[in-house]
Amino acid sequence: MKEKPDVLQGTLALMVLKTLDVIGPQHGWGIARRIEQISGDLLAVNQGTLYPLLLKLEHEGSIASGWGASENNRRARFYRLTAAGRKQLQSETRDWEQTAAIIARFFKVKAEDLP
Amino acid sequence: MRLLRRFFSRLLNFGAGRRADKRLQEELAEHLVFQTDENLRAGMSPAEARRQAVLKLGAAAAIREDHHAEQSLPFVENLFFDLKYAVRMLLRSPGFAFIAIATMALGVGATTAIYSVIDATLLHPLPYPNPSELVRIQDDLPGVGAQDVSVSVPEWKDLENSGIFQYVALDYFASMNLTGSAQPTRIAYKGVTPNYFAMLGVGAQLGRTFDPGDHTPGVIPEVVLSDGLWKSAFGADPNILEKTVRLDQDVYQVVGVMPPGFRDQGQTSEERNMELWVAGGFAAFPFPPALRNSRFGTAFARLKPGLSVASAQAHIDALVASLKKQYPEHYPAQAAWNVRLIPLAETVVGNLRQSLFLLFGAVGLVLLISCVNVANLLLARASARGREIAVRQALGAARMRLIRQLLTESLLLFLLGGITGCAVLFFARKFLLQFIPESLPRLNDISISWGVLAFAIVVSVVAGTIFGLAPAWLTSGLNLTETLRQEGRGSSGSRRRSRLRRGLVIGELALSLVLMIAAGLLLRSFSDLYRVNPGFNPGRVMAIETWLPFPNDPKANIYSTPTQEAVMLREVLRRNRTIPGVEETAVGDVAALPLGHVKDDLNMFPLIREGQDLPGSQPPLIATSLVSPEYFHLLGMTLLRGRLFVDQDLESTPLIAVINQAAARTYWPNQDPVGKRVRLSASKPDWTTIVGVIADARTESLADAAIPQVYLNIYQRLSNDLAFFLRGPVDPATIAAQVRTQIQAVDPNLPVFRAETLNDVLSSSLSVRRFSLEMVALFAATALLLAGLGIYGTISYLVNEQSREIAIRLALGASRSNILRMVLRQGLSLAGAGAVLGVAGALIVSHLMAGLLFGVSPNDLLTFVGVTVVLTVVALAASCIPALRAMRLDPMTMLHSE
Repeated sequence: MKEKPDVLQGTLALMVLKTLDVIGPQHGWGIARRIEQISGDLLAVNQGTLYPLLLKLEHEGSIASGWGASENNRRARFYRLTAAGRKQLQSETRDWEQTAAIIARFFKVKAEDLP
Repeated sequence: MRLLRRFFSRLLNFGAGRRADKRLQEELAEHLVFQTDENLRAGMSPAEARRQAVLKLGAAAAIREDHHAEQSLPFVENLFFDLKYAVRMLLRSPGFAFIAIATMALGVGATTAIYSVIDATLLHPLPYPNPSELVRIQDDLPGVGAQDVSVSVPEWKDLENSGIFQYVALDYFASMNLTGSAQPTRIAYKGVTPNYFAMLGVGAQLGRTFDPGDHTPGVIPEVVLSDGLWKSAFGADPNILEKTVRLDQDVYQVVGVMPPGFRDQGQTSEERNMELWVAGGFAAFPFPPALRNSRFGTAFARLKPGLSVASAQAHIDALVASLKKQYPEHYPAQAAWNVRLIPLAETVVGNLRQSLFLLFGAVGLVLLISCVNVANLLLARASARGREIAVRQALGAARMRLIRQLLTESLLLFLLGGITGCAVLFFARKFLLQFIPESLPRLNDISISWGVLAFAIVVSVVAGTIFGLAPAWLTSGLNLTETLRQEGRGSSGSRRRSRLRRGLVIGELALSLVLMIAAGLLLRSFSDLYRVNPGFNPGRVMAIETWLPFPNDPKANIYSTPTQEAVMLREVLRRNRTIPGVEETAVGDVAALPLGHVKDDLNMFPLIREGQDLPGSQPPLIATSLVSPEYFHLLGMTLLRGRLFVDQDLESTPLIAVINQAAARTYWPNQDPVGKRVRLSASKPDWTTIVGVIADARTESLADAAIPQVYLNIYQRLSNDLAFFLRGPVDPATIAAQVRTQIQAVDPNLPVFRAETLNDVLSSSLSVRRFSLEMVALFAATALLLAGLGIYGTISYLVNEQSREIAIRLALGASRSNILRMVLRQGLSLAGAGAVLGVAGALIVSHLMAGLLFGVSPNDLLTFVGVTVVLTVVALAASCIPALRAMRLDPMTMLHSE
């Protein structure tokens, strides 16, 4: 059986930031479900690992949290992107796209293309 | 940099850690609720919904642990827990904690005390900038057995021009009379070359020191005062720099006051506490003519920066060789003149080095014994805590974790002990300092500095680690099942522990035996020194000193001929005889004060024997003193041949001398010296006739039997430093005032100072020896006490371990005396093993300290046997208590309780 790829170190943080950027304030479980949905079951996120990350991001000031009510009226802690987080997301998105583009170019190159 | 930032962020988290963990826990719980809801909506049964949610979440505990480890400092946190636990354990057994901490306080406190002395004297002996550049220049004439013969002015100039020194300074020290206040005061002063303070690198607090560029050949009419003299004699007058002072009738301008902490360099406390400095060129009157063979001052120098003493010495050797070629008449080959550079720090500490090392060694042994004792206590506790450790191990504690916990406990004990020791030392420092002999250099600088505190902490930590590790290792290495099943019946772990305990006690006994033998040998040396016949009778003799002024202006000198001086001396002696209680009086120079004078090159005269020492050859140097005719009888020195001085010997009659037997033996072997003629100066033509030989007396040092001496008649020579001797039942408290009245009735300008009984002088000449003896004896007694406690503890422990066996033996009919003998035999075997090791160690140590012994061989059988017997008796006595307990054991109770 083929193993599902692990989340690359650091990419989970990027996914969290992007998720909050797209859908606005959300509670932990909502973020976890969202990531699962988007990655389409291809990615195995051990959901528990999300929470230390959320704490860390909040500690670093990229996100902030506050109490709110969920869809079915449960009290839950909602996370939202801060201005610093938005800036971080932009720069990390740029970095990521750059890296991806470089890697993609390496894959395109064939032996005969080399001078 | 990033690592550092992470460390600080973790350090911050350390406090917030608990809150973050709680939050994480809440979030995870919340998540589970959401996921369970979702699963329920998907149609799962409640139990299954919950199960799937947990599975999806992952191991919550592990996540929390990981998060915690990431966010905080687990090492520090564990240490914190361990410390908290250790404090609780110590509080639970306060008796054990008290004994262990007190033992360590004793060990660390004593070691720190001695270290603080060593720190001030050996490690920082010179309070000057760049002290390693300072050297003392010592001239020796090994060919004629003369050491440290001073430097002449031409030689000083040669040294200055050699290019390897920044400054070369000369000094001598003597006395002057400070007149002008109510009482003439005798001042100890140093005559120096103007570059002296520049060489030391110390400036004045007020005004200036001497100008190193001043080339006045005679005396410069300027003085520099010490802070002490400025305060005591001039009331700290802020306008002192506008004042002049009158010293030995001459007028000097005050140019500077040295800072309060300034200490001069020198080998005696008097030199180090110098009160006043006068400068001069050493080359014109009142100094002797600057001839190459007229050696006068002691030379000191500051090397050029970066030059080592060894390479400077090579330069000097080359210089000496070329000077010998240039001036063969002054440096005859047989004298073998050489010049040595000695780091100044070494000369200041001098012969104290050996005593201090001995003390440090002794106190080190005490520390070692206290450590061993505490390790022993820790082991004893280990057996009591076996069950606790086993339970913790069974619950999954790793061995390293247990060792860390146990080590934290022992470190805490050792550190608390060290801190207690330092605290006691700090509060008792005034009391303790008075035991230190005054002759110790830098006595005033001994303090508990940061360096000393750091030393104490390091010693405690190192000792705690070394001596805590073995017990921790053994305690944690239990066989689990065995311990849990049969704790209290003597498991295999406890057998290893008891073997270690026996080893420790044997070591302890051996160490204390070494210390006790060292103390015993010192005690025997000391009592031999006290009982040695000094060759003179110091009983009921007082010595009181005065100083005749020696003005630079010869016309102002009222004591310029021996006859002028003799008139005054005879009158003072006549008046002294009228003081109630005085039976006999005499006068001499300070060199004639037995054991009370510093060995001084100024009292070493060349001994030129008629017909034997030809011009151009180097005559031997001999210690010389000036005395009045009554001196020999007053001190009970016996005449062996010839005659002593009589009142009819005057300046106008032929010069005469008396020598001691050692001088006769050394310089006129197999001849009768009486009637022989000598000259005691290379420059003066007068011959002195030897008229008598007296028996040897230990007037230079109690430890040295016979040093050649020549006594000259004080009525035929000039001397300025005088000591009046009085024998009789006088009151030491008032005699100084009575003698002052008599002396000042003759000349009101004469100071009177330092009235001492000869017995006091004799006793203070032994002060350093007494100090080392008292200290080593104290340490040895402590060691014996600790060793006794150690053997008591170990035998008690063994008896406890064997109580079942003893009970069975008793039940099977062993007699109680058999049991007693069995236990005592164990104690005795420990003592025996300790004695064998200790005697071997003591033999090594006693040979190392042979230089400190007097009249007793380092292998002294009596000391070795006596001390071993004492140790064995103490060991037996200490094992008696547990042995008696074993004997009284009731077999029925014992076996039932099992």
